[in-house]
Amino acid sequence: MKWKKQHIVSINDFSRDELIHILETAKKLEKLKNSKKQSLLKNKVVATLFFEPSTRTRLSFESAASQLGAKIIGFADPNVSSAKKGESLHDTIKMVEQYADIIVIRHNIEGAARLAAETTKKPVINAGDGANQHPTQTFLDLFTIKKTQKNITNLNVALVGDLKYGRTVHSLAVALSHFNCRLYFISPEILGMPQSICNVLKKKGIKFSIHKKIEEVIDRVDILYMTRIQKERFGDPVEYQRVKDAYILCADHLKNAKSNLKILHPLPRVNEINIDVDNLKYANYFEQAGNGILVRQAVLSLVAGAIK
Amino acid sequence: MIERTLNVSAIKDGTVLDHLPSNKVLLILKLLTLQEDKFITLGINLPSKKNKKKGILKLADRALSTSELNKIAVLAPETTVNTITNYKVTNKKKIMLKKIESNTIKCSNPNCITNKERTLTKFEIIEKEPLRILCHFCEREMQKEEIQFL
Repeated sequence: MKWKKQHIVSINDFSRDELIHILETAKKLEKLKNSKKQSLLKNKVVATLFFEPSTRTRLSFESAASQLGAKIIGFADPNVSSAKKGESLHDTIKMVEQYADIIVIRHNIEGAARLAAETTKKPVINAGDGANQHPTQTFLDLFTIKKTQKNITNLNVALVGDLKYGRTVHSLAVALSHFNCRLYFISPEILGMPQSICNVLKKKGIKFSIHKKIEEVIDRVDILYMTRIQKERFGDPVEYQRVKDAYILCADHLKNAKSNLKILHPLPRVNEINIDVDNLKYANYFEQAGNGILVRQAVLSLVAGAIK
Repeated sequence: MIERTLNVSAIKDGTVLDHLPSNKVLLILKLLTLQEDKFITLGINLPSKKNKKKGILKLADRALSTSELNKIAVLAPETTVNTITNYKVTNKKKIMLKKIESNTIKCSNPNCITNKERTLTKFEIIEKEPLRILCHFCEREMQKEEIQFL
């Protein structure tokens, strides 16, 4: 893949080698001195177009870009953009490409990032498009897994919580399928992994199984990936009430855990991980969020052509 | 008796779509841009050696475009297309779904950008039988039953 000016839209666009290249680039950047980092995106302008509010992802992108020496323009609130006046996404992107070298976009509509990428020759980085994709989240998940377990291949990974609507678990499952991981899906029946993702895994010969309780698999997993049950996805509040507390991970649940187990979470959490877990050696979710800076720096440097 | 009935509606030149599922005949007819003054014969639940029952559409003085054939292939992949010249079948082939042409199908995801902005829809074929397609933009997988043409 030619990285310079490459759009980063969907995890499905990347091969195993390309994923590894991003992780290795992030690792290189981790070791690079701040003074050297500052010159990587010098004189570049990064536009962050957040048509949907997001604190973590926007701050992470802006912090990453600023540490690389880039100037940042954009908006964090769609109400201040021309979209509010009825401007199409196509026209907004055509306008922004005149001002920026890299465009980071978050949108509440699925497919918005792909449309943006097809509208401009400037590299577009998808920072989340509705319930569809959030590729840099998956890169940082993979980076954290590699960092904590030394490799990704052949690990046992459990994905817990809202597997139906959670875009992070869909993308992560697909990404892990490049590394022959054994997957365990733990969710309430109504929030199970979509058949389309299971079909992809079956086609690739990836072993997976479906479970109701974390305790069923805790003694064999290397990664326990917790997710929030997303209230906003439920049309019926009664359904939400029924499943909202389905998984609350406590220190007690981890008695039989493997010593190398790491617990990850894309954050924000509500109550699915009890605070008594935070200080255990297994907890890694805050470090995981921190890794977002490195992988976003890697992606920005690659698409800017600052690193090959 | 049936053969005679069909002979009555034989066409001199045009296209015969054979082996259609009976429940798809009207849908397919609706998809085609028809000329008002040309005759059309339509048969539903006719006896068939292959599938017990079949539908048939005879379109006089009409050749089908690739785009029309692609749409028919989505709905009825078992269709046979016969070209008729001077009452004789001069070409007979099973319909083939090669690709989904852009802007022929509506994405079933109401929150897809193609349903929010003026943009062409695009789909990739994941599997032909049973048909499963993927929206190029929102990456939603759709099955045959969900397909609606634009």
